[in-house]
Amino acid sequence: MDLLRFITCGSVDDGKSTLIGRLLYDSDSVSLDVLATLEKKRTATNSTDVDLALLTDGLKAEREQGITIDVAHKYFTTPRRKFIITDAPGHVQYTRNMVTGASNADLAIVLVDARQGVIEQTRRHTLLASLLGIQHFVLAVNKLDLVGYDEAVFERIVADYQAVAKQLKLASVVAIPLSALHGDNVVRRSKQIAWYQGPSLLEHLESVPATTDANPNEPRFQVQYVIRPQTEELPDYRGYAGRIQSGTYRAGDKVRIWPSGLETVIDTIEVNQQPVAAAVAPQGVVLRLRDDIDISRGDTIVPIAAHPAVVREFEATLCWMDERPLRAGRKLLVQHHADVVKASVTTILQKTNIETFESQGTDEAKLNDIVRVRIKTALPLVADEYRQNRVTGAFILVDDQTGATLAAGLIAATDPEYFTQEVPAETVFSI
Amino acid sequence: MPTPIYLDYLDRLEAEAIHILREVAGQFERPALLFSGGKDSIALTRLAEKAFRPGKFPFPLVHIDTGHNFQEIIDFRDSLAASLGENLIVRKVEDTIRTRGLHEPGGKYPSRNPLQTYTLLDVIEEFEFDACIGGARRDEEKARAKERIFSVRDDFGQWDPKRQRPELWNIYNGRIQKGENVRVFPISNWTELDVWNYIQRENIKLPDIYFAHERQCVVLPSGQLLGLSEHLNLDDTDEIVSRRVRFRTVGDSTCTAAVESDAASIDDIIQDLLLAKVSERGATRLDDNLSETGMEDRKRNGYF
Repeated sequence: MDLLRFITCGSVDDGKSTLIGRLLYDSDSVSLDVLATLEKKRTATNSTDVDLALLTDGLKAEREQGITIDVAHKYFTTPRRKFIITDAPGHVQYTRNMVTGASNADLAIVLVDARQGVIEQTRRHTLLASLLGIQHFVLAVNKLDLVGYDEAVFERIVADYQAVAKQLKLASVVAIPLSALHGDNVVRRSKQIAWYQGPSLLEHLESVPATTDANPNEPRFQVQYVIRPQTEELPDYRGYAGRIQSGTYRAGDKVRIWPSGLETVIDTIEVNQQPVAAAVAPQGVVLRLRDDIDISRGDTIVPIAAHPAVVREFEATLCWMDERPLRAGRKLLVQHHADVVKASVTTILQKTNIETFESQGTDEAKLNDIVRVRIKTALPLVADEYRQNRVTGAFILVDDQTGATLAAGLIAATDPEYFTQEVPAETVFSI
Repeated sequence: MPTPIYLDYLDRLEAEAIHILREVAGQFERPALLFSGGKDSIALTRLAEKAFRPGKFPFPLVHIDTGHNFQEIIDFRDSLAASLGENLIVRKVEDTIRTRGLHEPGGKYPSRNPLQTYTLLDVIEEFEFDACIGGARRDEEKARAKERIFSVRDDFGQWDPKRQRPELWNIYNGRIQKGENVRVFPISNWTELDVWNYIQRENIKLPDIYFAHERQCVVLPSGQLLGLSEHLNLDDTDEIVSRRVRFRTVGDSTCTAAVESDAASIDDIIQDLLLAKVSERGATRLDDNLSETGMEDRKRNGYF
């Protein structure tokens, strides 16, 4: 059975939590005692329907304020597929949580209130999801009951969204008219929306391609931990444990270790202590190499035919997540999976206006800003561009004193030939 | 062309957990694996074998013993640690009660569950653990659903849901300041059913109390069944019955209810679960029912 991870995004009152509640409720994924708690709440508040949003809003403050603050995870399984839902908050100030949720998703459900249509948040969330490399988008036009299930309303919203999709070059968008409150087209097809012939939301989620593993053509493996039992039976055993980040590895492959550049051969690939002929991302494996060379945590092992960029300067797109703004010259740490290096943000090149999609020159990044920066590292980094490889193109910035996660980073350019020109702050241009 | 390797959802969940365990080994100096003797922590030891064999685990197993455990669990714990050949550290809640001068819980069903937090914080301090791996899952409870895989706690073990680090991609940031430590949950994304499917696939041995057996039980006012033990303070009004039951979770015997069941094998249990109408915690945990935010409040105070 497959696994599909998806994120739901939308504005504060678009009914996101209700939609997830409805998905869980109608696919029989809610247990009786949880239902009883909802029912008790319904009686206490004297409402006519149970509040399905309560299935996801877990924190006290969220229930008090009736909003979603933090990313929540929900799980359900149908006979076709297992699903992991990331419910990300809709408020502007929680953009960083939206980015967090999108970083692990294969698909994004962008929820729109049929009465409001495509608004700034719709554009912003779509931009963020597409920036984070999500391939599949669902435009869920919700609350259709409140516009009399009017096809014209739906068509107008779809047309508006197509303009956004075109601008961002989204590859796959499916639009579904629904009412989360009444369950129209969520799990079951709606009788009210007879003019719509497409799948229900769940039918679509069950059939969309699930794998968004990083590019299979470019093998990448990073050492997480060196296994050396040093026992009587295994005095010389040395295994490099890690996760295949992308592509396929085969026993017998000639490989190069980065950043040292040394060459050797994979003698065996072990999975659960058994040798295997080949292994693929995202499997956890142990590589045993022919030659005894110095390799430690954070080093990358790739077949010699592959040519990753190994750089000490690169450009990246950051989503800045710290209260304290970023200014050029800031020293911090780049955590590139198991590799952590000292670094400095040398230049802040431009900032993307996430509502208009325009960029302009800037000299700082504030909380929730999306900026393009240039970064120098103290040691060479094995770097791929994010649009080529969603695993090895990703990194985070970490405060070297507090340990706080400061930013999500997406490697944008590793070749100085493609570096961005600095522009004055007042210059505005479209992407 | 060789056939492409197909990874199903369990392979993917397993790969994620192994990756997380190796990140713990790579990032921390003194990690520990909190081992309760329950199925989730038993599954964790299998994942640790996959992550670190033929080497030893880079962490000891640590059991916080409430003194209210079922004897089967204690026996199983000891034999598993011995067969793994790994170091087991046991610290007892009753010792904490004595040394800290804590109040021993009273009532008919005295639960030492809340007191585990103190013992846990003490053992963290004693061994200077910088990371504690646990088998908690996000599907267990709605406050857990919001927790990170690497969850940073302050000096007092407290969890602040509004100040969590963003957790991006599969990049886990375990950098901490002195006094802080990290709780790590490698099977965060697994459901109860996933764990059972994994136990079946991997042929993992479990304590007998997970399978249907006859047991003397006390019938609680809620109708739930509590296994009879010397830790309960019963009186004449209590109804004692013999029932065919199994446990879905194993915790403190005074607050972990049994469910009536004929499921005697892993296959039966998976069938049971597919038909289950009541969630794991709702069926068996008395302490979560105390208030709607029971778990969130306990986590804020340092509970696992």
